[in-house]
Amino acid sequence: MWTFFHKLASPPHFYRIAPAFIRVFAVTGLVLIGWGSWGGLFEAPIDYQQKDAFRIIYVHVPTAYLSMMAYSIMAVSATIGLIWRMKLAHAVAAGAAPLGAWFTFLALATGSIWGRPMWGTWWEWGDPRLTSQLLMLFLYFGYMALRSAIDDPLKADKASAVLALVGAVNIPIIHYSVYWWTSLHQGQTVMEGKMPPEMLNPLLINILGFTLVFGALLLYRVRSEVLYRERRSRWVRELVLGGEMR
Amino acid sequence: MTGLLSADRLRLYRGDRCLIRDLSFALNPGELLLVEGANGSGKTSLLRAIAGLLPLDQGEIHWRGKATRLHRQELSAEMSWLAHRLGMKYDLTLVENLRFEARLRGAKWHDQESLLRRLGIDRLTRLPLRALSAGQQRRVALARLILSASGLWLMDEPFTNLDVAGHDLVLELVREHLRDGGLCVVASHQSFDIGAPTRRVTLQ
Amino acid sequence: MTPAEHDGSDLLAGFSAIVRRDLLLAWKRPGDALNPLVFYAMVSTLFPLATGPSQQQLLLNGPGVLWVAALLATLLALNGLFVSDYEDGSLDQLILSPQPLPLLVLGKSVAHWLTTGLPLVLVSPVIAMTFSLPTEITGILLLTLTLGTISLSLLGSIGAALTVGLNRGNALLSLLILPLAMPVLIFGARTVSLAVAGDATSSGVYFLAGYCMLNLSLAPFATAAALKISNE
Repeated sequence: MWTFFHKLASPPHFYRIAPAFIRVFAVTGLVLIGWGSWGGLFEAPIDYQQKDAFRIIYVHVPTAYLSMMAYSIMAVSATIGLIWRMKLAHAVAAGAAPLGAWFTFLALATGSIWGRPMWGTWWEWGDPRLTSQLLMLFLYFGYMALRSAIDDPLKADKASAVLALVGAVNIPIIHYSVYWWTSLHQGQTVMEGKMPPEMLNPLLINILGFTLVFGALLLYRVRSEVLYRERRSRWVRELVLGGEMR
Repeated sequence: MTGLLSADRLRLYRGDRCLIRDLSFALNPGELLLVEGANGSGKTSLLRAIAGLLPLDQGEIHWRGKATRLHRQELSAEMSWLAHRLGMKYDLTLVENLRFEARLRGAKWHDQESLLRRLGIDRLTRLPLRALSAGQQRRVALARLILSASGLWLMDEPFTNLDVAGHDLVLELVREHLRDGGLCVVASHQSFDIGAPTRRVTLQ
Repeated sequence: MTPAEHDGSDLLAGFSAIVRRDLLLAWKRPGDALNPLVFYAMVSTLFPLATGPSQQQLLLNGPGVLWVAALLATLLALNGLFVSDYEDGSLDQLILSPQPLPLLVLGKSVAHWLTTGLPLVLVSPVIAMTFSLPTEITGILLLTLTLGTISLSLLGSIGAALTVGLNRGNALLSLLILPLAMPVLIFGARTVSLAVAGDATSSGVYFLAGYCMLNLSLAPFATAAALKISNE
């Protein structure tokens, strides 16, 4: 078991096995998204309150969920990198941040579009989920800004890892305070009650599909990150000069 | 390899450049380690790594037989670091600075007139360090080194800014420290002979 | 040459040594502590000038304005927390000192709060008066600002440690810390607003107190780790 992890953590090994995973994740993920979206857009019944507007949840919920997921991945791999000095872990954290920021942005954008027919405005401060998503986006910006401000990559890895950890401790507190804030404000809740299975199932399929696509994108980014970071090492030189590595 | 301070196959990168490759040494009480090399050869980095300010890429440093990576406090309690930068506050006077250092080490501060006179800074006690010349500031740093009563001195270019008398004073202080059973690691681009057991490391 | 032994009094000695040193330094350079205070007062006066002198509006927005100004002033003051120690090499000496670094860092934060945070808290009732906030809320204003600025100082010290030695540190510090500072802003401003309206304020005060404790216990460790990394 341990040797498996050890081998996985070795950059050349990771570089070699990643493409297979990327292909599987991307293909399965896209198929699932196609299936889930078909189900969500055409087969799910119309919501009696929101009419067709609710169908944006099939994009909104998966992206919102992955924006959190990406931060968890970032924080966990940053911790691993900080404690066990694992190079690959820092590369994962570095690769997850911009992806997380993009998914947060998508969640915000779809949330805002959804809000337009519901609230009559593009932005409603009274909705705690939108507000805390916005703060999440700022956290990602801070993380990426710190990373790009430090020239030495090893130092950037460690400093941003500390920031990711501090952020991870604070995210629940930020969420809680935003909810407390809007509870005084009588914010509107968009979705209430239980969903019928023909509505819920496509959503679950889409969540799985988006997660797989996210995984493929993450692996792709990490693979490029590893290649760049190891550019001075022998295996990369052999790879570039001597064709495909065995 | 045994010694009070020992290093085992140290490897240190700065960016993409390998500064130090597989360096080992052992140092015992009364011995001096002289780190020589041109500007930019990694002398300061090596000293910072020994002090624990810079993480090693490979290898292990032991103090009293314990790895300093895991037992930092035990080394820092007995070590004093004379860096290129002063490491004191320019807005405070000499006495205010040294009193802070004493408190930091949990010691009482009392007048150190004889020591200050020996270093030639006994008349400067009321001035903020900002008003002192570079050489005089250097002497204040030496005063801190001695007052710390540490066993291990790490000195980075100790002769910078000092006049001839100051140069000799540093040699004398190091000699006394070694005679009292202390250890000393000196990084310097100029070679010198001190009449004590000396190990040399030359960085490329 | 025996390994130094540590006991409680020894730990306290290092902590008090650095508090006294930084207070002495602040005493010798009063401008550094005064600037954020003047900034605070000025930003607070900007808002009425921008939004109009209507008393109703000031009463409504006053707590929020006070808290935003306090947040910005605290962040402004934090920029310099470690810069001079980094530049003159004192940071090396602090990291290498036999005292545990988190404790020294906490000492620096305490001294920093005493010289920048506390004056800010103390002038707040005067500014609140110009916003025609009722004098009955002075107590809750002082309490929430005290707890809040301590939290902000501690949180900000993490950012200051992460950005020390970077050219673009100033703007970056705010970018890193502002999202983390939101809970303090939300609870601080809202609690004062509730007090103005005559509502119960205990939940906000409890939150601020708890958050302050959390920061007191965790932030020094994060700051110490960040300082070591920045100083490599």
